[in-house]
Amino acid sequence: MVELGKYAGTVLAAYGITILLVLGLVAISLRRGARVKRALEAQERRMAKNG
Amino acid sequence: MSIWEYANPKKFMQTSAWALPWVTGLAVLTLITGLVWGFFFTPDDFRMGSTVKIIYIHVPAAIMATGTWFMMLAASLIWLIRRHHVSVLAAKAAAPVGTTMTLIGLFTGAIWGQPMWGTWWAWDPRLTAFLILFLFYLGYMALWEAIEDPDTAADLTSVLCLVGSVFAIISRYAVLFWNQGLHQGSSLSMDAEEHVSDVYAWPLWVAIVGFGLLFVSLVLIRTRTEIRSRRLRALEARERMA
Repeated sequence: MVELGKYAGTVLAAYGITILLVLGLVAISLRRGARVKRALEAQERRMAKNG
Repeated sequence: MSIWEYANPKKFMQTSAWALPWVTGLAVLTLITGLVWGFFFTPDDFRMGSTVKIIYIHVPAAIMATGTWFMMLAASLIWLIRRHHVSVLAAKAAAPVGTTMTLIGLFTGAIWGQPMWGTWWAWDPRLTAFLILFLFYLGYMALWEAIEDPDTAADLTSVLCLVGSVFAIISRYAVLFWNQGLHQGSSLSMDAEEHVSDVYAWPLWVAIVGFGLLFVSLVLIRTRTEIRSRRLRALEARERMA
């Protein structure tokens, strides 16, 4: 394991916040993408059925 | 073949569907390589100790924060001049990515600054311009949400993007304009005095490429969502009128 010495808290906090923010952004982007895709497919199906 | 073909939403969706898995895979690979290399396999700095490891997230995030705004500027100019919807939707899609990168730059800078400078924050030209750039990102996204008509929103946000570019330029080049402030010069400067040692520079370059590819991947995903969302609104409107 890497030895971070007296700055361990500083380094780990910086990495922790970064990972949290990046994963949050990825999750939000994927979730909204999937939701909009589902809604568009449902709309296209409905319109095709109704002519 | 012309680049303007990609202004066609259908062509953009086809090409991005093919490119997305490759870009995302490469992004994950280079990000993990750069960060693991930097975090586990580089020595402590004789002045900064282990805090030097923050460079592998702080510098790429800061580069992406200003780089994203420049990408949004190019896309906004294409919208204003040529009225291509995909370009302005790409700018809209990039804004949350740039905001997140700016936030990471601000947070990691403050966390790094506290033990090195003895303060979390200083009204240094680069830091201040970076904070203003963050506020511009928030304003840009708020403006998109505030205006109902998509073309009017695209026009106004594009103009805001032009104005905000001043702060993107200042935040990137402030250390060259003003010879003052706490923030040091560019870590990857051509100047040997400022340039970080190769032992840090190589993993840093890999991390920068990783952040860049992550940006491309996220912007492709989010632009595809914006295009679908625009089509969904158009179909709903057509159904209401029928």
